[in-house]
Amino acid sequence: MTFNLFLQHLTNGVSLGSLYALIAIGYTMVYGILRLINFAHGDIFMMAVYFSFFGVATFGMPWYVSFVVAIILTCFLGMLVERAAYKPLRESPKVNILVSAIGASFLLQNLAVVVFGGRPKAFPTVNLFQQVMTIGAVSLQRLTLIIPVASLTLLFGLLFLINNTKSGMAMRAVSKDHETARLMGVDVNRTITLTFGIGSALAAIGGIMWGMKFPQINPAMGIMPGLKCFIAAVIGGIGNITGAVLGGFILGVGEIMIVAMLPSLTGYRDAFAFILLIVILLFKPTGIMGEKISEKV
Amino acid sequence: MKKKVAILLVFVLTISLILVGCTPKEANAPAPADDVIRIGVFQPITGANAAGGALEVEGAKLANELYPTVLGKRVELVVVDNKSDKVEAASAAARLVEKEKVVAIIGSWGSSLSMSAGDIVKNAKVPAVAASATNPLVTLGNDYYFRVCFLDPFQGTVMANYAFNKLGAKKVAIMQEVSNDYAVGLAKFFTDSFVQLTGDKDAIVAVSNYNTGDQDFSAQLQNIASKNPDVIFAPGNFTESALIIKQARQQGIQIPFIGGDTWETPEFIEIGGAEVEGAVFSTFFTSETPITAESEVFLREYRAKYGKEPAAVTALGYDAYLVILAAIEKAGSADPVKIRDEIAKTTDFEGAAGMITLDANGDAIKSAVIKVVKNGEFKYQDTIEPTK
Amino acid sequence: MKRRDIILTSASILLLLVFINFASGNLDAYKVRILNLCAIYTVLGLSMNLINGFTGLFSLGHAGFMAVGAYTTAILTMSQVTKQQNFFLAPILPPLDKLNVPFLFALLIGGLLSAFVAFLIGAPALRLKGDYLAIATLGFSEIIRIVFTNTQRITNGALGLKSIPNTTNLWWSYGAAVITIAIMALLINSSYGKAFKAIREDEIAAESMGINLFKHKVLSFVIGAFFAGVGGGLLGSLMGTIDPLMFRFSFTFSILLIIVLGGMGSMTGTVIAAFIISSATELLRFLDQSINLGFVVIPGVSGLRMVVFSALLMIVVLFFRNGLMGTNEFSWDKIINLFQRKPLIKRRLGQ
Repeated sequence: MTFNLFLQHLTNGVSLGSLYALIAIGYTMVYGILRLINFAHGDIFMMAVYFSFFGVATFGMPWYVSFVVAIILTCFLGMLVERAAYKPLRESPKVNILVSAIGASFLLQNLAVVVFGGRPKAFPTVNLFQQVMTIGAVSLQRLTLIIPVASLTLLFGLLFLINNTKSGMAMRAVSKDHETARLMGVDVNRTITLTFGIGSALAAIGGIMWGMKFPQINPAMGIMPGLKCFIAAVIGGIGNITGAVLGGFILGVGEIMIVAMLPSLTGYRDAFAFILLIVILLFKPTGIMGEKISEKV
Repeated sequence: MKKKVAILLVFVLTISLILVGCTPKEANAPAPADDVIRIGVFQPITGANAAGGALEVEGAKLANELYPTVLGKRVELVVVDNKSDKVEAASAAARLVEKEKVVAIIGSWGSSLSMSAGDIVKNAKVPAVAASATNPLVTLGNDYYFRVCFLDPFQGTVMANYAFNKLGAKKVAIMQEVSNDYAVGLAKFFTDSFVQLTGDKDAIVAVSNYNTGDQDFSAQLQNIASKNPDVIFAPGNFTESALIIKQARQQGIQIPFIGGDTWETPEFIEIGGAEVEGAVFSTFFTSETPITAESEVFLREYRAKYGKEPAAVTALGYDAYLVILAAIEKAGSADPVKIRDEIAKTTDFEGAAGMITLDANGDAIKSAVIKVVKNGEFKYQDTIEPTK
Repeated sequence: MKRRDIILTSASILLLLVFINFASGNLDAYKVRILNLCAIYTVLGLSMNLINGFTGLFSLGHAGFMAVGAYTTAILTMSQVTKQQNFFLAPILPPLDKLNVPFLFALLIGGLLSAFVAFLIGAPALRLKGDYLAIATLGFSEIIRIVFTNTQRITNGALGLKSIPNTTNLWWSYGAAVITIAIMALLINSSYGKAFKAIREDEIAAESMGINLFKHKVLSFVIGAFFAGVGGGLLGSLMGTIDPLMFRFSFTFSILLIIVLGGMGSMTGTVIAAFIISSATELLRFLDQSINLGFVVIPGVSGLRMVVFSALLMIVVLFFRNGLMGTNEFSWDKIINLFQRKPLIKRRLGQ
């Protein structure tokens, strides 16, 4: 493989990886607080893409307005899902809440089929982002550079929020122990809702950028990215935000490199993510940056 | 106590749903074929293949509007959704032959879905006519399944010929949707034909796979590009193909792309945008030059009703209806077995998508049309006759 | 079992046999197909309930086991000619083309192969807990499906298999269902069953009582996979055609819906739910079409059926925590008590 080719692959990998990273943050935040895999996260991401599509296509809003509206709507959707599907089951055995998550995921998908129609639609093009540029021998959309920058900026913003603000401290407290946090005066419900809101907003931003990069949207588009982003979160250490971003990059770059190096195994591309997951779970279950969670009897 | 009431309520609700589900159908279903002849339409209306299915239903419905009677009776279309799912497809077909008592079936878009229904129509002795299913296995060994389109073995040779003769290609790379039986089959037929034409067994320089639903193809495209093919043959559903070509152009890959009939949908151009200019593919039909007198009727009515150009599979759905109607006319009865016999004898039938002659297997021997994307529209380029 | 119970159970099985005999001859193919599906989903539901409901392992990999069973049974029962017809892109790997065994053996071998795959998967995966196990098993299921899509010479890849001999009929499917119920009942009431339930309730306590966690988890997993393989084989034979796309996560979801609806710790619940869901899938078809109420026509919305199912799952999980039957099982005692009216005094005295 020539150096130029390698560079092109690497650029694509980093771009894909940063998209995974944004969505993985949402998973990891929810898991940290509720010890729950939010299966519906991938579908919330899908809804965000549809919201922004309809904003431009049906309501004729300029793209920047439509994107902002979509992010806000998705935020609310995420909080709604939490209130409706997860809050009532907080005291129930883990299995119930997992089933509820799967149910919510399928409900969102099927609602999307009924409301938006099953036929794929074309995401609106935004020339500012999607113009193709050439840097040296590597040809890419402007978007490809914007995505990693956006992801890292959001990561740092989020870390600042978590470590330096009161709400952030509340989130950290709730993720350690609900009861104690409540006793210390933290409004647990509000914190959880806030977490879902932030996670969904990040998924929405990721979704909009995803829609611009891969302009074909359909109701099932959230399934595979959802699974892969969860795997990314696990690889990085679930519960750890920096880990999620790291995991996202590892998965994105890894996926592209595997296909690049082993062209005969292109059909197994998705399997790579799952195999990586199983390997990590077997050898370092807490992930790259995770902490050991001891089980209390 | 409350819990028990709730459980009782759920039971009552479920039972009533079931009863409600049973009764209207029985009440609505008219006494078998007294003054109505029912033709089933068995298509994916939801699910991954919803676009194709909807287009074929359009064609069948238009034909039904234009030719609503046969043998003095009204023809009614019964549309069932197979949800692009195999298990559902079998149940949907079973429902059509058992409950709805249709005399013939039009369907389905998607060879694997048609194959699900294969045994059911054979055992029930109800003929089925597929509009655009191109996998040979659909009609092979099944006397009750027919199709009004050509087969993939033929389509593969058409594109191989085009690549070799018109584009002067000596090396081709293939990018196939490995989880799609249509794509895999078409790629293989293309390969066989192209290798034979060039006499070079290494004429296919690279084969890359992707899965249905994938959205990122950058790595596969780079791999292919590094092998310097003259042309890339990318059979697959339009959903992924449009993205593939788009990403290729965005990465600076200018190699021409050729494909198969699944590309001809409005979404291909919508999603592909400016990047799919110049893409060439084989298909069943062109709306620019009417092939037969029936084409003119079809085009005129379709344009009047929908205000846009019809897709190829719509014309095929239309033709499937016409073939069945003509068979009913010739058989002089609504007996499915007699209808089947007449369908099998279809020769030089004038359909909207060309003259249809069904061979011993139930496949149509038809010419293929080559189209190119120019100025954001599908433009006719050439017609390839079948080699007899 | 009490003598009365044995008589009642035998009588019901006899009734079932009479019914199947009648149905095979007299009901139309559409209804027979639905009845077959009910029985097959019962087998699949019970197999998943053993792992998820009784042992408390949250496994989402069921589709993979069904796929293994379905493909094995199909390849072993198809004739050589059919195989040649099917594998027109790339010839099937010998000696698979010549292998042909009677249906019963094909089913059993399919089940055993599934069980073996489960053993291979279980050894690493079952050390994980809760959510991780769910995702790991889901991953394995997807890996199996992706492998099947790419191994053109063994499974015919994306083209799938067609013309699988239709050996499944009411006898086979209900026979399998009855045997599955019997074996499950015996298993649950044995010491293994009690160990499974203990593991479900509290793993650490179970371990301190001397139950070998790993061994029992693997056992439950493997047995569940065996029946899933058998169910898959029956389904493939009923459909006559299979392809890798049938065995995606949505299939596991359907079975999950059945066991949640029925109650995750109850076999009876699973059986009832399997029947309800299989019939509802077909009967609710009217939701997808226009509803003609005489004075108004409500246009049909495609896909509404699936929304109803997803909503149903959510409602059951949120409001009816334990499904239809919770952890209760069917017993003749309860049925008889329903019909007997105990005098008020006895009830008051708490008898």
